Amino acid sequence: MTNDLTESVAEQSDPLEVSVWRSAGDGGAFQAFKVPAQDSQTVLDVVAWIQQNEDPTLSYRFACRVGMCGSCAMMVNGQPRWTCRTHVRKVLDGNRIEIAPLRNLPVIKDLATDMDPFFDKWVAAEGVFHPSKSRDDAIEQINPASAPRARADAGIECINCSICYAACDSVASDPEYLGPAALNRAWTLFNDAKDDGAGVILDAVSAKGGCHACHSMGSCTHACPNELNPMASIAGLKREIAKSFFKRGKA
Amino acid sequence: MTELRLYMAQRLSALVMAPLVLGHIAVMIYAIQGGLSAAEILGRTQGSVLWALFYGSFVIAVSVHAAIGLRTILYEWAGMRGGVLNGVALGICALLLAMGLQAVYAVTAT
Repeated sequence: MTNDLTESVAEQSDPLEVSVWRSAGDGGAFQAFKVPAQDSQTVLDVVAWIQQNEDPTLSYRFACRVGMCGSCAMMVNGQPRWTCRTHVRKVLDGNRIEIAPLRNLPVIKDLATDMDPFFDKWVAAEGVFHPSKSRDDAIEQINPASAPRARADAGIECINCSICYAACDSVASDPEYLGPAALNRAWTLFNDAKDDGAGVILDAVSAKGGCHACHSMGSCTHACPNELNPMASIAGLKREIAKSFFKRGKA
Repeated sequence: MTELRLYMAQRLSALVMAPLVLGHIAVMIYAIQGGLSAAEILGRTQGSVLWALFYGSFVIAVSVHAAIGLRTILYEWAGMRGGVLNGVALGICALLLAMGLQAVYAVTAT
């Protein structure tokens, strides 16, 4: 017992060896930092410690620190993760951590990526609400147990963190591909009784770069910190498009 | 719309291929019982409309299916785009059709 305690204190006293991606535009390189290890420490804590104690010019993004806002996602040892909810101990490689900006997005500076392409694709996938009623109409009654509502509910807890988008190899090889988050959003709206955009959604997601560019590799589902299943949402869209193709000869 | 048509064509050609692959394998296992000879195979296939249709539709489905699949790989991995991409994919489809249908003709014509 005493030995265990001594070991754990000794482990804590070894500083973490942290490599952080530094860049301002094109190019860039990893910079090494030594960060004090603590018993309970997230990857975001590590980045914040570097910015507050070593280099105030380090750029990164965060807001809520409790896994709700989706702004602190970064590549941690090569995997996209929400850094505020990622324990250092869970991802340590020996005593090292490598922290880089999210994959598949342009880098603005250091760990901050330009999220515009990600959100532009949400709009391109018709991941926007299409109202069916005016303020004068009665509010639509939704049965929470209905099958379409259950399908929509399965995907609506997305926090727009772009982790699935960074994990996706199809996005990496096809820059026009809308990506798992946008298609998941389109699928939830397609199943939403209050949304009147089923037709435009199917047209949008069956165009070039749409859901057919997905190869069902499942990295999105594997990486999603909220344990959503964008791959299943995309499969749902493919099914609906195939049905629509036979009925209408188009999506 | 083009992408959707290609997607559907690839899925439908797979649907056609599935029973043909099983039939092809079953016949292979049956045919090699007691040795394999060209004469035996040609005896079965020559002049047979059924085998011409079986392998003819197989060749068409394979040509469509493989060309679309390779088109996707060339787009994602080789960076091909636009007319070049479609031209190469059509070329692959035409090559597979020509070689396959020639082979089908060779073993079924009398």
